[in-house]
Amino acid sequence: MNGPPAPRGIDARLLEFGEQLRAEGLAVGTSELLDAFDALGEVGWSERSAFQGALAATLAKSPEDRRVFDLVFERFLFRAVEAAALREGVTEWRGAEGQQLDAGEAARLDLDELRAQIAQALADFDEGAMRDLARLAIAAFGRANESPSGVIGVDVQRIRRALGLRSDAQPQLGEGDPRREGLPREALRHFEALLRLELERAQIERTEQLAPARPLGELDRALPSGPAADLAAVHRVVAQLRRRLASHGGEQRGRRRHDHIDIRRTMRSSLQTGGVPIVIKLRPRRPRRPELYVLCDVSTSVTSASVFFLSVLHALHDSFRRMRSFVFIERVSEVTEVFARERAFKAVSDAISRDAGVADVSGYTDYGRVWSEFRALVEDDLDPRATVIVLGDARTNGRDPRAGEFAALAAHAGRTFWLNPEPRLYWNYGDSVISAYAPFCEVFECWTARQLEDFVRSLSAAVPA
Amino acid sequence: MIAPVDELPESIAELGDGLSRAGYLPGPATALVAYLAVRLGKPVLVEGPAGVGKTELAKALASCLGRELVRLQCYEGLDEAKALYEWNYRKQLLRIQAEAQGAGWNEVQDDIFGEEFLLARPLLSAISATSPVVLLIDEIDKTDQEFEALLLELLSDFQITIPELGRISATSQPVVVLTSNNSRELTEALKRRCLYLWLDYPTLEHELAIVRMHAPELADTVARKLVEVVGMVRELDLKKPPSIAESIDWARALLLLGARDIDEETFAQTMSVIVKHRTDLEIVAARVGVALAPASGE
Repeated sequence: MNGPPAPRGIDARLLEFGEQLRAEGLAVGTSELLDAFDALGEVGWSERSAFQGALAATLAKSPEDRRVFDLVFERFLFRAVEAAALREGVTEWRGAEGQQLDAGEAARLDLDELRAQIAQALADFDEGAMRDLARLAIAAFGRANESPSGVIGVDVQRIRRALGLRSDAQPQLGEGDPRREGLPREALRHFEALLRLELERAQIERTEQLAPARPLGELDRALPSGPAADLAAVHRVVAQLRRRLASHGGEQRGRRRHDHIDIRRTMRSSLQTGGVPIVIKLRPRRPRRPELYVLCDVSTSVTSASVFFLSVLHALHDSFRRMRSFVFIERVSEVTEVFARERAFKAVSDAISRDAGVADVSGYTDYGRVWSEFRALVEDDLDPRATVIVLGDARTNGRDPRAGEFAALAAHAGRTFWLNPEPRLYWNYGDSVISAYAPFCEVFECWTARQLEDFVRSLSAAVPA
Repeated sequence: MIAPVDELPESIAELGDGLSRAGYLPGPATALVAYLAVRLGKPVLVEGPAGVGKTELAKALASCLGRELVRLQCYEGLDEAKALYEWNYRKQLLRIQAEAQGAGWNEVQDDIFGEEFLLARPLLSAISATSPVVLLIDEIDKTDQEFEALLLELLSDFQITIPELGRISATSQPVVVLTSNNSRELTEALKRRCLYLWLDYPTLEHELAIVRMHAPELADTVARKLVEVVGMVRELDLKKPPSIAESIDWARALLLLGARDIDEETFAQTMSVIVKHRTDLEIVAARVGVALAPASGE
């Protein structure tokens, strides 16, 4: 190991940091912390990005974790430094001595030189230099008119203007000035964040207290993305589903017509009997391509879940070639075409709500009718290789569930699953008749990507031996 | 037991330079994690979208460390017989028959399960190599979770247990790079044993440097325009966003065509280099193509 020896107390601080990460939901075990110590032994500590990067590589093991890590790291460092400063009574802004030093420093600074240096640091995106210069900039410009506005955001913008930092080109400036071409937007934003941090520090010193640490809000920790990310999560799970269905779906069904001898494995095992093949090894049966029939309830009672269901459907279509999908309310209608035509999720959901031809006379689901219609549509195609997945809440609005029809369907198909978007608590209350269908299929509670994942996981476990 | 490792890079910058010389421009995080992986001898798990240079990183690492690259391409259904080791049963059989007369059963059995009859697959050959190698386990997310469990022993202790033979420990410690397209969540156990690196599409400046490195003759203005356009294309919701390799291909194509600017016409002619789905082509043509200046009459 090279690098400077660890200052005393650093291990304790690092453990504390690990504690905080755990509190935010990261899986930080002892082995990760040991790795972190090892990694810190290999990098220089003077450079913040290397320090942070080494910790992140050992402690945060997914993009989501990395984001939480960065936030916690920032918070931890900031608070640790400020707490120490308060304890030691160190200030930069108040007290006669500090004031003089600041003023002296500012006076000694050639302001134009400072502007040029900052611009250069931004153009090079030099993290360390930006951090140092942010402090100088506040010393030089932040107090120019002696009255910090009290609103940090306003001060940040005032300083930025005073420095003449802009992202668009400023042709009036001299040759060789990095600001002439305009500064990278990214660097500007970063510099502003640094200024903000320094000003916050100053504010803490003025008020001489540290605001209590608050846990990260859901908004902070989520990656900056919208429904597309949820969609991606569903897609990821569905890709897994495909693998499970492909390898576990049909193999136990159907008759064993013929088997192939696996020469390689037979020979290998024959070695134990002196080369005489006593035990015949058969080639594993290739799993067949699953055929998938998905029925999706789009009535008003499942409005909240239908976006989720449609995204499941959408993801399924990306993964499975041999798949037919249906939506139903009172009657059933096939929408395989729509998915084949449209790719974007938004377009699909629009098209379905607009012209999928869901003949809904009353707007109320009629499961019984749906089964018989569905059966008429696909009966000839259903075979033991097929997997039927129903996405619905089994609320029949008091109509006949016609479980017999459903049972016949399930008997034709290889496997039948029911994903119910309602919490288990509400099942069989009111007009929910899920128990009427439950004997013929495997029912899962499913309204989040995580539950979908559970469903996929249990697929492999649920295979009858 | 483990051979002394020769000439490890002394600093992050040194490794970074080495990678650049090998034709791979690492970002600061990449250089740092690669450095840690080499120094600590820990496997590194690289995740990120397709085409950001995850596999290239391993190749460049091998070439700059002067080591051989052993590659294991993962796929669905990969098993230990193809990844770890396999008994050379033909040879075993010959041996049995050759010794059929006279030799006792015990001798033969001891004989035929010796290293002589072992066929080394990538993982075994990586740890039993005489000089250290770089082991690339590509697209680990394509395998089943069961296979991940197989890897755990190798990744944490650099050893492989063969039931008939016992434990085979590494004679040299490989640098292990695992890549994943994040198509499924890897198990905690695997992640726990690895350093983690998330590679994303590079920033504009970084990609510009990469393109310049691989197509140095391309005019600066064209190169800059190119990475800007590629950045725009990546913003769209495409089936397959263009990778870095495709940016480079495009740069070379433009060079061949002698293009002096990327205008609407050039773009329409060459965009199939970076966009490779029919539906994507339509989207890109509609959204990006029109944003470019129409061809100037030359």
